[in-house]
Amino acid sequence: MKELFPLKQVNGYIFSLLLTVVALSVYFFDMSFAMGLTILIVTAFIQAGVQLVVFMHAGESEDKGGIYLHTIYGVAVAILTILGSLLAMIWGYMI
Amino acid sequence: MDFLDRFSIPPHDDPMLYASIVAIGLVSIAIVFGVTYFKKWGYLWNNWLTTVDHKRIGIMYIISALLMLFRGGADAVMMRLQTAVPDNSFLDAQHYNEVFTTHGVVMIFFMAMAFIIGMMNFVVPLQIGARDVAFPRLNALSFWLYFAGAMLFNVSFVVGGSPDAGWTNYYPLAGTEFSEHVGVNYYNWALQISGIGTLMTGINFIATIMKMRAPGMKLMKMPMFTWSALITNLIIVFAFPVLTIALLMGTLDRQFFTNFFTTGDGGMDMMWANLFWVWGHPEVYILVLPAFGIYSQIIATFSQRNLYGYKSMVASMVIISLLSFMVWVHHFFTMGQGAVANSIFSITTMAIAVPTGIKIFNWLLTMWRGKIRFTTPMMYSVAFIPLFTIGGVTGVMLAMASADYQYHNTMFLVAHFHNVIIPGVVFAMIAGLIYYWPKMFGFMLNERIGKWAFWNIVIGFCLSFFPMYITGLNGQARRMYTYSEASGFGPLSMVSFFGALLLAVGFVIIVYNVYYSFRYAPRNVGDDPWNARSLEWATHNPVPEYNFAITPNVDSEEAFWDYKKNGHDLFKGEIKDIHMPNNSGWSIILAGFFFVFGFFFVFHVWVGVIIAFLGIIGCLIYRSFEKDDGHHIHKEEIEETENKFGGAK
Repeated sequence: MKELFPLKQVNGYIFSLLLTVVALSVYFFDMSFAMGLTILIVTAFIQAGVQLVVFMHAGESEDKGGIYLHTIYGVAVAILTILGSLLAMIWGYMI
Repeated sequence: MDFLDRFSIPPHDDPMLYASIVAIGLVSIAIVFGVTYFKKWGYLWNNWLTTVDHKRIGIMYIISALLMLFRGGADAVMMRLQTAVPDNSFLDAQHYNEVFTTHGVVMIFFMAMAFIIGMMNFVVPLQIGARDVAFPRLNALSFWLYFAGAMLFNVSFVVGGSPDAGWTNYYPLAGTEFSEHVGVNYYNWALQISGIGTLMTGINFIATIMKMRAPGMKLMKMPMFTWSALITNLIIVFAFPVLTIALLMGTLDRQFFTNFFTTGDGGMDMMWANLFWVWGHPEVYILVLPAFGIYSQIIATFSQRNLYGYKSMVASMVIISLLSFMVWVHHFFTMGQGAVANSIFSITTMAIAVPTGIKIFNWLLTMWRGKIRFTTPMMYSVAFIPLFTIGGVTGVMLAMASADYQYHNTMFLVAHFHNVIIPGVVFAMIAGLIYYWPKMFGFMLNERIGKWAFWNIVIGFCLSFFPMYITGLNGQARRMYTYSEASGFGPLSMVSFFGALLLAVGFVIIVYNVYYSFRYAPRNVGDDPWNARSLEWATHNPVPEYNFAITPNVDSEEAFWDYKKNGHDLFKGEIKDIHMPNNSGWSIILAGFFFVFGFFFVFHVWVGVIIAFLGIIGCLIYRSFEKDDGHHIHKEEIEETENKFGGAK
């Protein structure tokens, strides 16, 4: 019976619900804009990671190394693009 | 009549325009008449228009690319003719704007992109020993979407007017305030439609290369062109969505009165430049990496040595792909973002010269102590190395942000990027085309005529672009339709015009070579006319529909060479039935709806837009319920084909 029970998925489900609750708290509690946004961004990234690993089975096939490498590459490109755009469009004018 | 007025071209009294309308009409009628007269409609439809065979799709890409090369080349000669002498009046300012915009868009999107994707289509499945790409139907759709986009763009010339804001299409110039007529709408929709096709190609080829390699072919045993194709498609998948969104925002601005790129109402006009180059700089590497891959194949083959530094070649391409996403701001150093931002992007830009330099040295060391055969493809490759290096060095000059204030927007820049793109991409594609010609058609192009074309093209290239370095440093701005005699740009511009003519002559000689070789070249060239090294040469010339009768077993970087010389057993097993995908007219019909959709959207004809959109949705629904299990080529049939080629492989 133990082998049949999807413990990992159930735990993941509970964990992602928990993350949703934490994200929701931004709306219900009075906090600064920076604080709220930080919570949202952090929970969003963890949430995406949970979905990818637990529910989209990213780490369960033989080519998991490739899958993780491509994901990290994609995230890195996205972050670099956003930071670079901010640098070119806003921060560059301030420094 | 009010309804029809919108399709007319903005008035400029130019007999050439009407001449070209007549010419386009006559050529179209001639093609339709010719195909009907020779009763080839059935052949054309069954064997080409509905095909899902990666080889035929590749050839169609290359034919379209060559057509676009001549279209863009004609624009180039017109520009050089206009600027050959001071105060020339061959083209007026508006017409000149349209010509340089069209030249840029056609050459980058519809010539270079199509050429590299055509090469990838033809070569990659053969190099990895696959029967086709991962999604053959999607591949056909990619081609037809590209073709629909290209045709939509070319229609702009005679219906409604061409875009005239440069191929970079900067706002606010490209906004409705300064570009009222429909030209920029054409730009948005033509690139949008062909861009969707390119994105599909990217996904398709990543899946193909990751999942469909012959047994035993590890990633680090792939031929170099396949490696370059893998990295290129990775860049496509990450870069093209940015273009898609930027074009959509531009469309919303121009056609639905939003304010993304406007100067007022909270819009940010430089955001277009930012997004355009976030896509645009990786695009440069999308073009040049497959070219590097082709050079790697050709140089190894004709030096008769294995490629020097295989691992460093792969590593440098991976580093280039990552760095290519970190440098885009160098396209607008003078926008005003300040020294800190500029310095960061200046350094990342210069860093790209390092992996590129590694590749250059690897090619040189491959040739070192090789037994070099100077065939036409090899001559293009050898000419590429010094010419591309000059382009690279001027690139590093432009990468210095503070010095760029002097060079930016001058002919120096124009000389630089032609200096990397022509020896980098165009030479590679011509060399690759000549190299793979026997694989495609079963005969070789004439070497003597090919070398005539080579010398015309190389000398023509040097004559047309090296003078621009000088006039650029002297202050000649790009995109100016004329200049005064006192500026002193006259003599060098004239040299440049003659260079453009020589280039044109070179390309005409290539076309003549195709005709000449088609008529006179011997057809018994065998399966390995170049004494090549990688897996694609292990099958027959021209390649049968199923590529390899027996799936090869690969255990070497240079599988075919080891098969020939070192007893590598490539074809274990026996001939079995082969499962192949069916042809389908679905792709061309869907792309046709996209063309109509784009055309009516350009002119705000909403009834047409809705009908075409319903057509698109209908095609997608049809596809969802379609049952297509493909077909089998039977063992006896394969044996018969193989025996015709003289034995199974």
